[in-house]
Amino acid sequence: MVVKVYGPAYASPKRVITCFIEKEIEYEVVDVNVFKEENTTPQFLQLQPFGVLPVIQDGDYTLYESRAITRYYAEKYKSQGTELLGRTMEERGLVEQWLEVEAHNFQPPLYDLVIHVLFDGKRGVTPDQKRIKEDEEKLARVLDVYDQRLSTSKYLAGDSFSLADLSHLPFGHYLVTSLGKEYMIRDRKHVNRWWDDISNRPSWKKVIQLHPPVV
Amino acid sequence: MVVKVYGPAYASTKRVIACFIEKEIEYDVVDIDLFKGENTTPEYLNLQPFGVLPVIQDGDYTLYESRAIIRYYAEKYKSQGTELLGRTMEERGLVEQWLEVEAHNFQPPLYDLVVQLLFDPKLGLIPDQKRIKEDKEKLARVLDVYDQRLSTSKFLAGDSFSLADLSHLPFGQFLMTGLGKEYMIRDRKHVSGWWDDISNRPSWQKVLQLHPPAL
Repeated sequence: MVVKVYGPAYASPKRVITCFIEKEIEYEVVDVNVFKEENTTPQFLQLQPFGVLPVIQDGDYTLYESRAITRYYAEKYKSQGTELLGRTMEERGLVEQWLEVEAHNFQPPLYDLVIHVLFDGKRGVTPDQKRIKEDEEKLARVLDVYDQRLSTSKYLAGDSFSLADLSHLPFGHYLVTSLGKEYMIRDRKHVNRWWDDISNRPSWKKVIQLHPPVV
Repeated sequence: MVVKVYGPAYASTKRVIACFIEKEIEYDVVDIDLFKGENTTPEYLNLQPFGVLPVIQDGDYTLYESRAIIRYYAEKYKSQGTELLGRTMEERGLVEQWLEVEAHNFQPPLYDLVVQLLFDPKLGLIPDQKRIKEDKEKLARVLDVYDQRLSTSKFLAGDSFSLADLSHLPFGQFLMTGLGKEYMIRDRKHVSGWWDDISNRPSWQKVLQLHPPAL
């Protein structure tokens, strides 16, 4: 039985799908349309009680939260595909650190930008320009720290690509495409070098080809 | 050499200390006073470039983000103290899931309440009542999901206490004491039983005794 991934059109499920491709794990997708509120049906809430994407079903094992799913599968399939959790205990710690940094520093202002610049427009809501400006400023300060880190380290956790880098791909993709804020990456020499490296991995290119973003 | 933990008076740091006590790991503390801006000095930013707490120094290994630190030490010291990562691969996945839920659903509205009601008045700022009301409503909906989960599971990830439960202790403690919102826990039968269980663990009692909260 092949693991099912819900909501491939959206950003967070793409963390999971990229991880599956890197780890050579077969998967199926189940489309969920958020604009049609398919994430708030009783059936969906039975799987994911907070009504967000993604959720996976692996036989009778259900798991949600994209960064929990990627950690679980990267550990479970440690012996196949790309090593995504670092090659030493210390490197593993740094992978965890930068996964947390992504979740708490990179994601929140960027997610807010996606909602206010992309999704609000689709829903006929007037974008809040003050908030958009604050989000950009927060994100700029975070990317300055990233540029400093990546000036002395090839990837966030060290010399090798890991879950920490992978986790930035889905929302980072919005930044360089539909949000029209590519300069935030390009103006920072080391972030730019790192972004080109990770976004040109065959796994990521395959994800956007197979599961085009919804906006 | 004993691991050093920065900022024990503050909540996020207490995740790390509770974990160390459960895993029987010796540690030293270094006090950091946020109100005096000791987290924004060049020396501190050299350790933790985002200027937040905690950070640990273990010889020449530095690590930050409390949930990364506890995952690292729970894995590294797997063979001693309390098992905090589940007893099977599947249970480990659920520990990761509920750690993510804590970080993305429980923590944000609760952290905002702490800032609005406890920190801001200390800085002479007036609490934003509309925002406080929204935070409470968000948190209430999250706790309803928790109550449902805990009606069929002794702890969040299964039958055993884990990092997922532990991670709720520092900010949950604010809810019960400084914020005056104990009813949010007590009004929910299963959340209430779970809170009593986890907060009465000797490790948590010791954390509160050794490192009283800053507020």
